[in-house]
Amino acid sequence: MSPARATAVEKEKSQPGSLVLLCLASWAIPGIGHIWLGRRAKGFIFLIALPLMFAIGLALQGRLFSFDSSDILTTLEAAAQLGIGLLYFLAGPFGFGKGDVRAVTYEYGISFLIVAGLLNVLIVIDAYDVALGRK
Amino acid sequence: MHSHVVVMAIFAFFVSLVFSVLAKDTPREQARLGGLMFAGFMLAGLVVSWLMYPFPLR
Repeated sequence: MSPARATAVEKEKSQPGSLVLLCLASWAIPGIGHIWLGRRAKGFIFLIALPLMFAIGLALQGRLFSFDSSDILTTLEAAAQLGIGLLYFLAGPFGFGKGDVRAVTYEYGISFLIVAGLLNVLIVIDAYDVALGRK
Repeated sequence: MHSHVVVMAIFAFFVSLVFSVLAKDTPREQARLGGLMFAGFMLAGLVVSWLMYPFPLR
């Protein structure tokens, strides 16, 4: 571990508040947590790959689900898509994510959106582990 | 982008990329794991699609 990274890890251990902030930032913008911790190459790859995957999902006419207490599957899909962070909230106002069930790629688009969100959750967990010095 | 194979390849590429970068630290290891994972996704997709081929659509 490089001295700069060791310092960052020690700082995160001593400041639980900043650990929460790190996880929130990592969730909101994919890859930011890794960049924060000095793992810039990994962070920039996530920063490009996940929003691109999310955008492809929208371009494939995938639908962004909202939470619906009467339908557990829709709620689970919304929870998975929410994992992508701020993009989930930004796509709607710009007219994306309505989905077109008649489109051939509708189901593929939904899969891209769900998996992009779930991958970002994994990235947040990885950033948390790095901050605690487990990796 | 209506080709199922192309969409599957794009999906496999992104998932392999993120998993390999998460799991490994050196570019060489990442490229190896990512390549293996991508090939596995594509091969599994093609095998499953051929296994489903005899089944009727309706």
